[in-house]
Order: sequence, then structure tokens, then C-alpha cells
Amino acid sequence: MTASARADEATPATPTRTETRRRTARGRRVPLRARLRKDRTLLFLCLPGLLYFVLFYYLPLAGNVIAFQDYQPFLGFRGSQFVGLTNFTELLTDADFWSAVRNTLEITVLQLVLYFPAPIGLALLLNSMLGSRIKRFVQTVVYLPHFLSWVVVVAMFGQVLGGAGSITTLLRDHGVDIGNVMADPDTFKLLVTSQVIWKDTGWATIIFLAAMTAIDLDLYESAACDGAGRWRRMWHITLPGIRAVTLMLLILRLGDILSVGFEQLILQRDAVGAGTSEVIDTFVYYHGVIGGDWGMSTAAGLMKGVIGVALIVAANKLAHHLGEQGVYQK
Amino acid sequence: MSLSSRVLARMFRVDVPPWMEEPTRLGRLLKGVALVVICALVIYPFLIVLGTSLAPRQEIIDGGGFVLVPHHPTLEAYRVVLSGGVVARSAVVSIGITLVGTAASLVCTVMLAYGLSRPHTTGTRPILLLMLGTFLFAPGIIPSYLVVKQLGLLDSYAALVVPVLLNAFNVVVVRAFFQAIPDELIDAARIDGAGEVRILTRIVLPLSRAVLAVVALYYAVSYWNTFFNAILYLSDSSRWPLQVILRKYVIQGDSMTATALGVQTLPPSQSLQMAVLVIAIVPIAAVYPFLQKYFVRGVLTGAVKG
Repeated sequence: MTASARADEATPATPTRTETRRRTARGRRVPLRARLRKDRTLLFLCLPGLLYFVLFYYLPLAGNVIAFQDYQPFLGFRGSQFVGLTNFTELLTDADFWSAVRNTLEITVLQLVLYFPAPIGLALLLNSMLGSRIKRFVQTVVYLPHFLSWVVVVAMFGQVLGGAGSITTLLRDHGVDIGNVMADPDTFKLLVTSQVIWKDTGWATIIFLAAMTAIDLDLYESAACDGAGRWRRMWHITLPGIRAVTLMLLILRLGDILSVGFEQLILQRDAVGAGTSEVIDTFVYYHGVIGGDWGMSTAAGLMKGVIGVALIVAANKLAHHLGEQGVYQK
Repeated sequence: MSLSSRVLARMFRVDVPPWMEEPTRLGRLLKGVALVVICALVIYPFLIVLGTSLAPRQEIIDGGGFVLVPHHPTLEAYRVVLSGGVVARSAVVSIGITLVGTAASLVCTVMLAYGLSRPHTTGTRPILLLMLGTFLFAPGIIPSYLVVKQLGLLDSYAALVVPVLLNAFNVVVVRAFFQAIPDELIDAARIDGAGEVRILTRIVLPLSRAVLAVVALYYAVSYWNTFFNAILYLSDSSRWPLQVILRKYVIQGDSMTATALGVQTLPPSQSLQMAVLVIAIVPIAAVYPFLQKYFVRGVLTGAVKG
């Protein structure tokens, strides 16, 4: 995303060249139709992609009108009655919804505190290794879980930490009874966070490692000559070197603050109950698609989306304020 | 100590810069322990799953439900699971979705990325902005569901492919790669009389194998891992892909009956469950090491260069 947005700032053709393309040798403007005909092959290549994004991103965006309707599937968009903000007021007085908001925020905070720094630590550790073969082996191992589905990850956790899991049994044999962690609502949010850490920490190191590789080695050398030890070099060179990337990822995370592990939570809802595992996304699914309360749950989804966009714009403004590049330019 | 580190450095062909101080013995020890623990935490669950799937009944009973290293490994669980029941069928569905979906996604991604990558093209800028705009929001679950329903895709395999056909991030990665191909090369082909399609298939694509491999891997993994779209769009359980079956039998703990699997007698349920889990992991674990050197580069093309 970063990238793309930034690239766009860079790519537009210089006005003069575009201008010359739009005019013939004698300075007459080439009509739009002729220009489109010249580029018709390229435009044709874009067609399926364009159709896809319109159908599955922008059309659903328009479909959010049902947040303001008493939507009945058999009546459709046109037949259903407009009810103004009723769905929203109903939503804001719904105890289940507020419980979902609370769960979402609690899980997000846990992930920000426990998961977010993990890849930075692992990247620092990997970066400090000179033996490239060991380093590559460790990287191969820690990247792998990222590619597993949540179904597989949850099933594997159950095999290790469930009531009859291998670690659970091992601990019980040594007199420590941790019960069934997979079905314990009290510690569920920590469990969810640890699953995210297990799955994605390794993969997330890639971007930090890249940022560390980009740091000029001469900086380290001159710091060493000036008498800075390993830790001081890390503190004064490596960490400032990854500051921009860290801030960018933090902003992206802020925009996503209301989305936490949708599939991951659906999969574990039966085991721990909705009281602790319901988040905004699962609320929308269970109340809308399953429960048939279409209008209200669409309202919940819409509100979440609007807040997400607002957060990302605000966080980016803040980054510019702090003199960082942020995710996109003004 | 300085000798040992010099030996180590030679073993791993590392150039230690002269200004770098000797690592302390304690530091090296701590680092080693940390790495071993991290790798063990990642690998251990895989080993438990694999070991249990291969273990015969008596060893599973002795081990209390799981086995790390079976002494008399048997492929019985795999034979039963793959012999034509629900699991085998769902695996075939998943393979089909993955192959067809990846091919379709790759073709559309390349087409769009190429169309958007040529400079001074009339009409492509709005399309580019439209695509980048999708980074800002995710389509809501319910509106998406209604679109799929309106298109008549409910309960068809197409519902697992069409709604996730393209990923804007992947298009951006491929487009960046295409833009990095020197203009001279493309102009030369154009002067020789090649049209856009021929330039794309003969010149651009052969130069882009690395990025195509990465993007194909991303798409293939996401199709293979399809779970939520399947439970959202498919109510007919005979069409369910592997991940949904995996949830039913392993996470929800439904027991696999002999009739569902189409066999007479059953191996222990633990090894059956773990065999299904291994089947869900193997394709990913098998492809991944070959693509590793590519995908790190791919991620960085997308993230750093844009």
C-alpha cells in the first residue's frame, strides 16, 4: 500500500511529455477518441481487473445502503423500506454490540503490546547473526507458519495445548494442571494473541530485516571506531534506521484496529463462547448472515469501515506532523 | 576463543569486519539458546501432528493420545482417509479450486498490471486510482454476500474463486516489476512490429518469472486455505473444500465414521485427524522451500520499491 501510493506520486508523466502526446506535430489536439483507440489493447487488458474491482469492492460499497433500510431479502434493495438511522440507534443500544466492541479493543491492545514488538526483536536477533547458513535456516523455519490456514493453526494449537494436548499432558504428569487452555474464556484473548505471534512473527521480520540491510555499514564502522559497543550501535544506528518502517506499520495497524482475526475467532467461538470471542466482524456475520438482522449488522460493518478509514487518515497526518513519511503523501 | 570464531567464520564463509569486537561467550550462548527455543516452538507442533498421524493404535494409547516419534510407523490412516470418502473428495475440491483459481488470478493480474504499467496510456489512470482506492476499505461481509447472491454464484465453486480473483497488492507488485523493465527493450520490439500482446507474452513475461512465482504462490496459498468464503457461500456440504472438512472433524471433533470414509474398520481417531491435518499442510510445506528465495524479493519489491 505504502509503496503503491508513493509510486503513484512518482510515476505521472511529466506534463510536457503528456502534452506532446496529446498533440500532433502541428500542435492540434488529438481527440480523446483517437487516443483511446490507439491504446485499446492496453485498455482491453485492464478490463477484467476493472470489472472485478467494481463488482466486488465498489458495488458492495454502494450495497451499504441497506444499513439505512429495514432490509428484507425477498424485497431486495428497491422494495425494502428506508428507516433512516434506526439501525444505528438500535445498534448503539445493543449490549451484544458493545461487548463485541470491548472484545475487539482488548484483543487489539494485547496484539499491539505483545505481538507488534516481537518481529522487531526477532529481526534484531537475526540481523546480529553472521553465519548466513544458520540465519537462512532459521528464516525458513519461522516464515513457514505464515502460510498455514487458521484452521490448521487452531487445530495444531488444540493438539498441543488442548485438554488432551501434548504439553497439557506433560505438565499434568509433572503436577501442573493448566486445564484446557483452548476452552478457557478467561485466558482466551492471550491465547488468540499467542496464536498470532506463532503464526506471523517470522514473516513480519522480512520488512524489518530489509530496513536493517539498507543501513549504511560505514555508520557502524565509524561508531565502532568512536568506541560505541554493540548495544550502543543497536540503539543509535539500527533502531533509528528502522524507525520509518516501524511507524508506517504502526499506522497500518491503527487503520486495522477494529479488525482482529476473523476466521481465527469464528473457529474458536464454539469452544469459549461468544461472550469473550465475539468481535465486530463476527458480530456482523452471526447477527446478519446467520441471524437475519441484515440492516443492523450492515450498519455495524459500515461504522467499522468508516472509523477505520478515519483512523488511517488521522494516523498518517500525525506521522507527517512528526516529520515522517507515513503511508502516503499529502 | 579468537581461534574458534575464526574457524566458525571460515565454516560459514563470513567476512567479519575488522572493527567488530569478538562476541562474548555468554552472548553467543544466549543467542544460540534463543534461536534453538524459537525454532523448537515452531517445529514442535508439526512433529506432534506428523508423529501421531503415523502411529499405530497401541502406541497412541500408550502415549495418551499423541506420539512424537512412532516406533512402528504406519500409513494406515492416510490410506483410509484418502480411499474415497469425504476427506478425499474435499481434497480434490481444494486441488481443483487452487489450480483453476491460481491460473485465473495470475492471468488477470498480469493483464491488469501490464495495462497499467505502460507510460502515457490514455484512460488507465482512473483505473489505477480505482484499484488503489480499494486499499482503504474492505468490502463489508453482508454487501459482498448480496453481490455474490445477485450474480447467482451461491453454492457454486465459482463463489470460491471469482470474489477473490484479484488482490490489489499483488497487482501493484507485478506492475512495479513490469515498470522496471527497460523501455528500450519494449520500444525495440515495437519497432520490429510486435503488438502489445506479443510484447507481453514474448518479452515481458519471460523476464518476470521471479515475481510471477511469488504472486502465484500467494494466490495458490490463499485458495488452498479458503475457509470462510466456503462456509459463507456454500451450503451444500458435498462441495466443501478441505479446510472446512478439517474444521468439522478436527476442531469441532465430529468423529469420522467408517461410512463417511467408505471403509470397513477404522484406525484410531487421533491418527485420522492428524492425517487430515498433514494433508492440509503438505502442499504448502512442499512448494514453499523452492520459492523462498523468490518471495522475500517479491515482498520487498512491493513494499520498498512500489
